[in-house]
Amino acid sequence: MIVAVASGKGGTGKTTVAASLATIWDGPVLGVDLDVEEPNLHLFLHPAIAGSEIAHMTVPTVDEAKCTYCGACSELCQFKAISVFNQVILTFPEMCHSCGGCMAICPEKAISPGQRELGEISWGRAGGVGFLAGRLRIGEAMSPPLMRRVKARLEQMLAAAGGDAIIDAPPGVSCPAVNAVMDSEVILLVTEPTPFGVYDFKLAWEAFTPLGKPMGAVINRAGLGNDAIYRFCQEKGLPILAEIPYDRAIAEAYSRGRIIADLSPGLKETFVTLRDKIRDLAKPSQPRAAAHA
Amino acid sequence: MREIIIISGKGGTGKTSLTGAFAHLARNKVICDLDVDAPDLHLLLQPAKERSEEFYSGHEAQIDGEICDGCGLCATMCQFGAIWENGAGFAVDPVRCEGCKVCVAFCPVAAIRFPERHCGQWYISATRFGPLVHAQLFPGAENSGRLVMVLKQQARELAKARGAGLVLCDGAPGIGCPVISSLSGAHLAVAVTEPTPSGRHDLERVAGLCRHFQTALAVIINKYDLNPDETARIEVFCHDESYPVLARLPHDPRVTRAMVQGLVVTELPESDFSRELGHAWSRIEALAGLKG
Repeated sequence: MIVAVASGKGGTGKTTVAASLATIWDGPVLGVDLDVEEPNLHLFLHPAIAGSEIAHMTVPTVDEAKCTYCGACSELCQFKAISVFNQVILTFPEMCHSCGGCMAICPEKAISPGQRELGEISWGRAGGVGFLAGRLRIGEAMSPPLMRRVKARLEQMLAAAGGDAIIDAPPGVSCPAVNAVMDSEVILLVTEPTPFGVYDFKLAWEAFTPLGKPMGAVINRAGLGNDAIYRFCQEKGLPILAEIPYDRAIAEAYSRGRIIADLSPGLKETFVTLRDKIRDLAKPSQPRAAAHA
Repeated sequence: MREIIIISGKGGTGKTSLTGAFAHLARNKVICDLDVDAPDLHLLLQPAKERSEEFYSGHEAQIDGEICDGCGLCATMCQFGAIWENGAGFAVDPVRCEGCKVCVAFCPVAAIRFPERHCGQWYISATRFGPLVHAQLFPGAENSGRLVMVLKQQARELAKARGAGLVLCDGAPGIGCPVISSLSGAHLAVAVTEPTPSGRHDLERVAGLCRHFQTALAVIINKYDLNPDETARIEVFCHDESYPVLARLPHDPRVTRAMVQGLVVTELPESDFSRELGHAWSRIEALAGLKG
């Protein structure tokens, strides 16, 4: 089972929840950091890194000796990554989405695959918890290509060793967040009961509902703000799987890099119960869209 | 005209709450919410929309089942796994489609339409602190960077038309495309951080991004009293990298209290928090060249 921990609003406690869940999980589990722009899971799990690699994506390289400046590539490219004017052809690799169109359409076979560095993928172990993370190169604008590489490795790791995975997703509700959750079996939405938290939670619910996956809410800093989040969850039939109280002691422990589930037997119980509820939510296993299988 | 962008790296450090307060303190400005993905500034400013525009960006492939002969070339060529055989024929998953047009261009029977993608809306609104340029990207949509560029352009034109000397922008978390777009043309970035391992780690990354794009950066440490040791580490980092630390703000329930009332924290009775924020704003004005 793959569980994605997402949120809408940033700073609501995704990493806190993901790290705690991974720590109390019963059975083999991988903590996966897909918040590649700002990966933080390692700061709480403290993994020993066993390996890493630089991930690249394919971008066009032009052999000007073969190019006839026909312009077929620039006419097709939707991302302004390749341009032909008169007798000049220019590539803008940072704009490229790696669709392969220019290479396929060039009648002279003048375009071959080059590389753009996306960032680093690393893996290892933190005690009983496996670890996998992507870290976007600073200056790289697109996170989904690196996320796809991390997910491909996740698939390999799960195929080789089995077990479950808990994904720490990026905040927001646009393409990076959707990319992080779309291959999971269950989506956890972590929020706080403040106006900002509720507003972004609704956006996340709208963004992820079309994916047709079981979803549940975790309310962090319960007691702060107002009760709008509870009304929304009730209205939409969205189960609240756990509540973590608003408590300065928890915030201080977090600020020291502590795992919240380790703070007290009560908090540990909260996460053990959350784990069991996630399992219940995942079955009966939803028929996966044929397309995504 | 000057442009200031409030960023953070890590989400939830207080960007929007502080931007709202700065919108209250700043004179003669246009306010702009560049967190188009999960915008929250309007919850503090209660804008009255004066203009509303649709945002179209990029395209989306759609297979016409009547014309498709089922050859499957599109599915083979798609690099995004967005096309599949669903039993009744081939179909495009709009969530995975990146709008690259490869399937459209290579379909031997021209069965794939390629309409523009409606990604969101943007608005110009009136607020009690002045005009606000903002948007809502549809949940799950793409092209947030392009929408950020549209908003910045609108905000600049509006500032010019109204003789405003400042565009004050609330940014997105992270270091990816919307943040990169929001830094272009900014005179000063203000990073709001918090004394936690994630706060410091993410500040270092977003500072790296500002260095990469040569944008001047200053730092505000929010909730500094949560962990004084970590606050000290952030200050050492800022000192070593020559980033001015504009303020250390305490962890203060007033911020949430104001938010629940739809107010900014400087609208509540004066406190240490609001005084420190006032000093921070004066320093921002000086750093951004707004004085004189």
